[in-house]
Amino acid sequence: MLSPDIIRRSAAAQAAALHAGETSSEELTRAHLDRIAAVDDDLNAFLHVSEEEALTAARDVDARRAAGEELHALAGVPIAVKDVVVTKGQPTTAGSKILEGWVPPYDATLVEKLRAAGLPILGKTNMDEFAMGSSTETSAYGPTRNPWDPDRIPGGSGGGSAAAVGAYEAPLAIGTDTGGSIRQPGAVTGTVGVKPTYGSVSRYGLIAMASSLDQAGPVTRTVEDSALLHELIAGHDARDSTSLPDPVGAYAEAARRRDVKGLRIGVIEELEGEGFAPEVRARFTESLDQLERAGAEIVRVSCPNFEYALGAYYLIMPSEASSNLAKFDGMRFGLRVIPEDHPTAENVMKATRGAGFGDEVKRRILLGTYALSAGYYDAYYGSAQKVRTLVQRDFAAAFEQVDVLASPTAPTVAFRLGEKIDDPTAMYMNDIATIPANLAGTPGISLPSGLAEDGLPAGIQFLAPARADERLYQVGGALEALLEDAWGGPLLAKAPELAGGAAR
Amino acid sequence: MTTTDITPVDFDEAIDRYDPVLGIEVHVELGTATKMFDGAPNIFAAEPNTAITPTSLGLPGSLPVVNGKAVEYAIRIGLALNCSIAETCRFARKQYFYPDLTKNFQTSQYDEPIAFDGWVDVELEDGEIVRVEIERAHMEEDAGKNTHVGGATGRIHGATHSQVDYNRAGVPLVEIVTKPIPDTKGRAPEVAAAYVRTLRDIFRALDVSEARMERGNVRADVNVSLRTDPSAPLGTRTETKNVNSFRSIERTVRFEISRQAGLLDAGEQIVQETRHFHEDTGGTSSGRPKSDAEDYRYFPEPDLVPVAPSRAWVEEIRAALPELPAARRRRLLGEWGFSDLEMRDVINAGALDLIEQTVAAGASAQSARKWWMGELARVAKDREVEIEALSITPAQVAELQGLVDGKKINDKIAKQVLGKVLDGAGDPAAIVEAEGLAVVSDDSVLTSAVDQAIADNPDVVAKIQGGKVQAIGALIGPIMKATRGQADAGRVREIIMDKLGVS
Amino acid sequence: MPSIGRDDVARLADLARIQLTEEEIARFAGEFDSIMDAVASVSEVASEDVPATSHPISMTNVFREDVVTETLTQEEALAGAPDAQDGRFAVPQILGEE
Repeated sequence: MLSPDIIRRSAAAQAAALHAGETSSEELTRAHLDRIAAVDDDLNAFLHVSEEEALTAARDVDARRAAGEELHALAGVPIAVKDVVVTKGQPTTAGSKILEGWVPPYDATLVEKLRAAGLPILGKTNMDEFAMGSSTETSAYGPTRNPWDPDRIPGGSGGGSAAAVGAYEAPLAIGTDTGGSIRQPGAVTGTVGVKPTYGSVSRYGLIAMASSLDQAGPVTRTVEDSALLHELIAGHDARDSTSLPDPVGAYAEAARRRDVKGLRIGVIEELEGEGFAPEVRARFTESLDQLERAGAEIVRVSCPNFEYALGAYYLIMPSEASSNLAKFDGMRFGLRVIPEDHPTAENVMKATRGAGFGDEVKRRILLGTYALSAGYYDAYYGSAQKVRTLVQRDFAAAFEQVDVLASPTAPTVAFRLGEKIDDPTAMYMNDIATIPANLAGTPGISLPSGLAEDGLPAGIQFLAPARADERLYQVGGALEALLEDAWGGPLLAKAPELAGGAAR
Repeated sequence: MTTTDITPVDFDEAIDRYDPVLGIEVHVELGTATKMFDGAPNIFAAEPNTAITPTSLGLPGSLPVVNGKAVEYAIRIGLALNCSIAETCRFARKQYFYPDLTKNFQTSQYDEPIAFDGWVDVELEDGEIVRVEIERAHMEEDAGKNTHVGGATGRIHGATHSQVDYNRAGVPLVEIVTKPIPDTKGRAPEVAAAYVRTLRDIFRALDVSEARMERGNVRADVNVSLRTDPSAPLGTRTETKNVNSFRSIERTVRFEISRQAGLLDAGEQIVQETRHFHEDTGGTSSGRPKSDAEDYRYFPEPDLVPVAPSRAWVEEIRAALPELPAARRRRLLGEWGFSDLEMRDVINAGALDLIEQTVAAGASAQSARKWWMGELARVAKDREVEIEALSITPAQVAELQGLVDGKKINDKIAKQVLGKVLDGAGDPAAIVEAEGLAVVSDDSVLTSAVDQAIADNPDVVAKIQGGKVQAIGALIGPIMKATRGQADAGRVREIIMDKLGVS
Repeated sequence: MPSIGRDDVARLADLARIQLTEEEIARFAGEFDSIMDAVASVSEVASEDVPATSHPISMTNVFREDVVTETLTQEEALAGAPDAQDGRFAVPQILGEE
């Protein structure tokens, strides 16, 4: 008999249970599908659940295991995939009306890897439309709610993946991070999220927002799970010109090392000031204290150009997005809206895009169109690319002094639904700490630092040099162990039970 | 009075009063196995929307990866045109919305082309050489193909909707842009066509493209402007798009010079615009004015990384460049022993490759020239096609000549066989065999025909026997008629002389 | 930096092929100045001597072999099309030539 708490275990523990024959992938997958059925009407973390496909994949893994086949360590452990990642045969909408009902004829490279490793795909998770947002409120299919408080946002753009993992609907999920869309949802839902080094995970099959910033990564409940998933989805892909040729690092080993003696951790002065809520700062400081007691060295570093990072990001991202989203025109796939007057191709494109895109997408396309238009390119896009160089130089200087950098992941705990949706500038401030890593291509992890304002989770972020993702798992795994010792268990155990929650 | 009412000026008068300046953009589709940015096959004819991957269809999530072979071909072209090859260059997105463009941007090169600052010498029909300066050669991708439906003529005007096939989308192109070409005067039309023909020949020699004009492998955009005299600043230009044959290029330039001269004479301004050439009328018409301020919002393609061809690679490509057309012409002239005039005629007729291949297939240079410049050139002219578009291969011509040389058929029959080959009846030897056209050299058949002729023409026989040997022709005629032209005339002559005892 | 008015928003929307309502145009026009003010600080530090970075990890010469890969079938290509005819994508009337 399957223990009802199995879905609360880490993915690594679920994998161990499968390996030990304690349960089957079919049982495990069904348990998660049951959980989704029980809680997702309220949460809205999933846009699409592919029950039959997941169970078929699970049975296949079970059969292969029974036949004594050598399987991937995570084989049989189910996973949820952010709806910005294309899945052959499963609808993919990127949270937009313009793609409603579109079923891609191909798989993203990372999805191919998931399938090849035998991870049943439970479904597609909710997100801000085209990953544009920090609250999952811009989804055309309604917001996802935070498992800690249904009136609060789960972060964004990957709120669905974070909420799904936080609410035990899935042990693992895929996110994408263009300016913080993996890390910030992790922080406000008490889960773990990693943005790998740019190019570590193939972008082939990710519906692009900003090509030079987008990176897919793991969304999990533990640092080790993130490491295991990162190892699975990483690696060179000849279909992505920006894919790194490097071998995949030993991330899980680093996550289990739990040793920070002599590790130099730099606190970024520019990212701990007044913009950050007091209790969020307090949990951050306490986390650093734990690490210091465990033998790490805490250093203050300055990254003066981070001040300009948000500006550069809100020029580069909309510019690239305005171009990447031009293909959604009602000609080849997705929505087509035919206006009554003069339904020419041009007018159909306009009507389709006018009706199919939400406010935030329109806003960013227009801003990007403006920033790239004749006469403004140098002042906006050109200048932003220079700031990118300056941000990289700040990182390079900082990493001469320290091994990793640290900051709170997000300025505040989860805010209320609707609180910032009409104030784009305020919404954009959520990404202040996460954006520099996207500009520089460096990796970052967010993990829970404790409960802050209103008893809601806060996150701490570590950043490492490009291609040194192992350091994130090393420091993250160590801090997680230290904090869980202090808390007497994972932070998520403190989350309120969800109505209809079958498991305890 | 509107500008369309203005009568074009006679070409020679226009040249008297104005100095034309040309600018030509040539697009060549590269003959790689796959497309510019994805592994879809680069093929001309296929079922619609089958030669595509998610990338060439621009599906969400798809990404481009540069075809290394296309870069090599672009470098080859750059080197053949005496260009510098960029140490580093990038792709950029040229953004505009159009249904044949899968991503609503074209991945092209903008301010960093792979090749720049070159030149090419163009030889005109009379042997004069014009040096054309090359501004740049850059890599880009082709668009899909729209078919307009519902209009009376299949043209865009009047169509109710369009159908799009993306098989061509993403096919690699190199665009070659000239600097302004001055000082061509009345030869401007000829220079324009000769330039494009020169490039076409270079593409073929480099083996980077089949370069077939009729398939749109090579397309020219022709810019023309007029100024009052060669020292004046450049006038406003028009750009006539996608002119797809040498003859059309000549006609376009000629027409635009006359048209613009008419406008200038009437005190009108030339509108900077895109124009279209019409094969039926020989004229051009206004397309889209550039006044709607096309803002292409170019920016570096973030899905691709810079192309930085190492100097070693460039030199390797340079060393492996094949013989270029100008050098080859000089060589062949020596090998074939043609006169300069004969050689120029061959080149102007576009028959150089055909003759070379015919020689390679075993024919003598003079016989190959005789066929291509004679009978076949005449047929091409009658049918209004380029000579290379005739449905006969050099190997077939050589085979035909072989039959003549081997006395299997005579010249008259050979022309008949040629006609049958052109009509698709098969290879010459097979046609001769199947239709029994071989020369009759069977003495028993010929002897009876000779006997009959001698019996029928006693007066002629008397003349021959009286010493007028040239009267033999009067006997051969009826014999040839009796054998439907297939008699071996030489053998017939021998038999007659033998029978009549003359020598 | 110049102010972004209603006409500018309407022009941008046209360039980006997005039909906007009058209300949307007015609202975006109201927002864009403050957003652009917030980002315009980049030009303060973007001096001549700073090179631009377009890719976070610098790489060059990433090429593909010229080898045919798996293609989509016509059916797969057209499966998501709003309209198709004769194996082709059917699109509305196209005005103006290229």
